[in-house]
Amino acid sequence: MAELSATPPKTEDRPSALREFWYYFSENRGAVMGLWVFAAFVFCAAFAPLLAPYDPTEQFRNHILQPPAWQEGGSWAFPLGTDPLGRDMLSRLIMGSRYSFFVGIVVVCVAVTGGVIVGLLSGFAPKWVDTMIMRVMDIILSFPSLLLALVLVAILGPSLTNAMIAIAIVFQPHYVRLTRASVLAERQKDYVTSARVAGASKARLMFKTVLPNCLAPIIVQAALSFSTAILDAAALGFLGMGAQPPTPEWGTMLAEAREFILRAWWVVTFPGLAILVTVLAINLMGDGLRDALDPKLKRS
Amino acid sequence: MFGYFLTRLGMFIPTFLGVTLISFMFIRVLPGDPIIVMAGERGMSEERYQEMVEKLGFDKPVLEQYWDYLVGVLHGDLGESFVTKKPVWDEFFALFPATLELSICAMIFAVALGLPAGVIAAVNRGKFFDRALMSSALIGYSMPIFWWALLLIIVFSGNLGWTPVSGRIDLLYYFPSVTGFMLIDSLLSGQEGAFGSAVRHLILPTIVLGTIPLAVIARQTRSAMLEVLGEDYIRTARAKGLAPARINGLHALRNALIPVITVIGLSVGTLLAGAILTETIFSWPGIGKWMVDSIFRRDYPVVQGGLLMIAVIVMLVNLLVDVLYGVINPKIRRR
Repeated sequence: MAELSATPPKTEDRPSALREFWYYFSENRGAVMGLWVFAAFVFCAAFAPLLAPYDPTEQFRNHILQPPAWQEGGSWAFPLGTDPLGRDMLSRLIMGSRYSFFVGIVVVCVAVTGGVIVGLLSGFAPKWVDTMIMRVMDIILSFPSLLLALVLVAILGPSLTNAMIAIAIVFQPHYVRLTRASVLAERQKDYVTSARVAGASKARLMFKTVLPNCLAPIIVQAALSFSTAILDAAALGFLGMGAQPPTPEWGTMLAEAREFILRAWWVVTFPGLAILVTVLAINLMGDGLRDALDPKLKRS
Repeated sequence: MFGYFLTRLGMFIPTFLGVTLISFMFIRVLPGDPIIVMAGERGMSEERYQEMVEKLGFDKPVLEQYWDYLVGVLHGDLGESFVTKKPVWDEFFALFPATLELSICAMIFAVALGLPAGVIAAVNRGKFFDRALMSSALIGYSMPIFWWALLLIIVFSGNLGWTPVSGRIDLLYYFPSVTGFMLIDSLLSGQEGAFGSAVRHLILPTIVLGTIPLAVIARQTRSAMLEVLGEDYIRTARAKGLAPARINGLHALRNALIPVITVIGLSVGTLLAGAILTETIFSWPGIGKWMVDSIFRRDYPVVQGGLLMIAVIVMLVNLLVDVLYGVINPKIRRR
């Protein structure tokens, strides 16, 4: 024992949280691929007006139902062909990414904020309040999510905004349950007791002490809800209860193209493919996030 | 065990009341006067309007209205459809077999392919088969099923002409509905080719509706199998020199099945939600299409009643799954 240094052990030895996260995340090749596709999707959404060759609502009357460029009768002026009204498919798809991205962000933000707050309250509140909140969540969960969203939209009137509100309401209970379960587990731990003994207020206990330690499953669920929100919004659009024509929302585009499926495969194939690829990329990312954030599954 | 059952039932009743409250409120939070909507474009005289208000009980206090509604629901009275003037209860049970038949076929499809896929993936963990199967499962899980349905129609109905596009059976065949299940009724009718026609009509909707449950079951089976394969008793079985097929099939799968069965039970909600899209696309005369049509026709009593019935079915199935789970797994009961 020559000398004991007064300084604590160097912190550099332990990788930063972000580095550690990236280390585990990048081990999952699918997740990294998903991240790249998602980045491309976000790029598309952000710069859609610059990327799209035409206005998505402009109708080229001489080019109705023109096939994609590589097929006979197609031209590179409309690389993915045109729809029954002569609108450029590529431009509509690019603009459509905006709506899907918007739906995902809004729904996840609303559902997470609401769900986390109610879940925290439920976890800290007296037993009877907790029971009441959980029963209300059970009631919402008894309805199949798409059906409840459909009925809510029927009440509010069909539009993309109302579809987003409906989907956010339907997703809420998952976050409430998830947050409450983590809160109940964390509340027992010594660091919470010591914070309480040190005189931390209830609000501080909830948001500063406990919440950061409950975030991992919530983040994973948020990633998965992002993709489900896109799917549900597209489904509502497809049923005519989401975005209304001529909005180039992917689900609405599919609904408009339905009667042409046997004549023009491209008007049906591309919007659905766009939905599938986006949702798949986000789900791949979600799996990677779970591997990286869930300590139980980490290979130590 | 009985205590566990009672606790679970105790949770069921308040949830049921809440569900009735939501479906009761549905008609009252709608924009516009439901009676005016009911009258349609012809309008309605003042006396007739008052008569309707009285008949529907809109002049009573809200609490009394809810009580009347609840008593009605418990007696199987869900009101009458604005459009067909038939009781919603009767309409529901006339259409329900179609949805049930489709859902059962979809579930059989999902389990028959999902279980083996999950087992094969788990046994070959990290190898080509595992990756290929799990990638397909993730694609299935991410699938917008309304698009998947259109693609299948393009290929199998449009290009190959193998399957019909809509309905439950060819119009050529007519026979009385005995069970409501087209597969059984067509066999009972004894008409040549009827059963084949019913089967051909079922194929595409079954695949479409079963795709997401299939992906979920495959993923769940794989992870449950992986967990079980790491247990000591599997090592013991291996050390005893049992054949791998016996270990995987008998020892491991049996124990891996418990979480999988739960998933199967809980996907009833997913199936009913999927039925809305599937039935709409394939013009399948079931509950899902009925609900969507009613929403568009503003047939509010139907939407209200259908919403309630579907929620109650989901709740009953969840109750059943929980109770069964308690029977299989004694650890749950004590919680």
